[in-house]
Amino acid sequence: MFAGNGLACVRGERRVFRALDFVVAPGEALVVQGPNGAGKSSLLRLAAGLLKPAAGMLTWNGTPVDADPDAHRARLGYVGHLDAVKPALTARENLAFWTGLAGGSAEVGPALDAMGLAQLADVRAQFLSAGEKRRLNLARLAASAATLWLLDEPTVSLDQASVARFTELARAHLASGGLIMAATHLPLDLPGRALALTAGARAA
Amino acid sequence: MKAFVRLFARDVGLAFRHGGGAGLAIAFFVLAVTLFPLGIGPGPEILARVGAGVVWVAALLATLLSLDRLFQADYEDGSLDLLALTPLPLELTVLAKCAAHWATTGVPLLVAAPILALLLNLDVAGLGALLLAMLLGTPILSIVGAIGAALTVGVRRGGALLSILVLPLYVPVLIFGVAAIDGAISGLGAKPHLLVLGAFLLGALALGPWAAAASLRLNLD
Repeated sequence: MFAGNGLACVRGERRVFRALDFVVAPGEALVVQGPNGAGKSSLLRLAAGLLKPAAGMLTWNGTPVDADPDAHRARLGYVGHLDAVKPALTARENLAFWTGLAGGSAEVGPALDAMGLAQLADVRAQFLSAGEKRRLNLARLAASAATLWLLDEPTVSLDQASVARFTELARAHLASGGLIMAATHLPLDLPGRALALTAGARAA
Repeated sequence: MKAFVRLFARDVGLAFRHGGGAGLAIAFFVLAVTLFPLGIGPGPEILARVGAGVVWVAALLATLLSLDRLFQADYEDGSLDLLALTPLPLELTVLAKCAAHWATTGVPLLVAAPILALLLNLDVAGLGALLLAMLLGTPILSIVGAIGAALTVGVRRGGALLSILVLPLYVPVLIFGVAAIDGAISGLGAKPHLLVLGAFLLGALALGPWAAAASLRLNLD
């Protein structure tokens, strides 16, 4: 159970949101929706620990996340809106680097396969399209043992077949007791609940 | 430890790949040093007098040239966020990147420096001191530079700002680096200066990664 209580976020002296509560239970996806600038990405960065909340607290099964940030980082699979793909490395090398850094195995074939990248494994990432880079970034999740996925617009620039592949991956993650927090404008067909952020929350 | 080695290996690998720019610093170093005889004339006495200083100043500038990409590339493509979220503490991440920077920039400079020193007619008695001083000094340049690079990450055209921030901090390395060579040539001995450089290196190793990691955290926020 991952929860946030009374969270407030301030970006550059502008209050993005305040008094925000959310709960994600195992096997559940929390889909964060809202207009541009409502604080979807900020909320995800906050949940990842990349931002510090101006007020409020994040808890994991009732224990404050701040109490053990290392354990929190170890259970995270964060996919930001940037793809963290090095153009000079091949798709396989890119993925193997990230999984290896997290202490996982260097065998990334199944993860590449899961996102339909098997044929592109040895292509330099420089020559991948935006959607293919996105898939490569999402393949990190398939290769990781993370329980909490934090996804910022995961399906942007993906074609329909890839969205279906990703949905399958996410459903399998949820079925095995994983948690997902995803910010999106596009419909995601995942079991769970929605959290609506409004631009008006700023003025409050 | 495994993650440290992986990150180091990736950064070294990237530096030698297409567009990595590993050769850039060394090419700049060689070119900058060879400009001096052309500029101040080929008189052997003058060159021998300025040789140590020229080699060191060129090495400082060559190091600066490659520093702005140290964190900037990872910041721009989102890798820095992920690096901050890996189990490896950010301080060690910084240290691994500094080590990779030194291996791809400092070591080539170290190899080229004695040859260029001979080209400048530097007294052969000073070559050993030059090598030792650069061996101790170039890692300091990478680590201290990393603090500047971390402070200016995310700043548009941060390279110029980085130079202004970091060059003053390089002054002690320059002074003792040149003094070591002069000491060896004049017969007074290079040891005290080398010891001071060694102390700087230990200080930089102990403080630099923490300072750089703290600035990175600020910039990721």
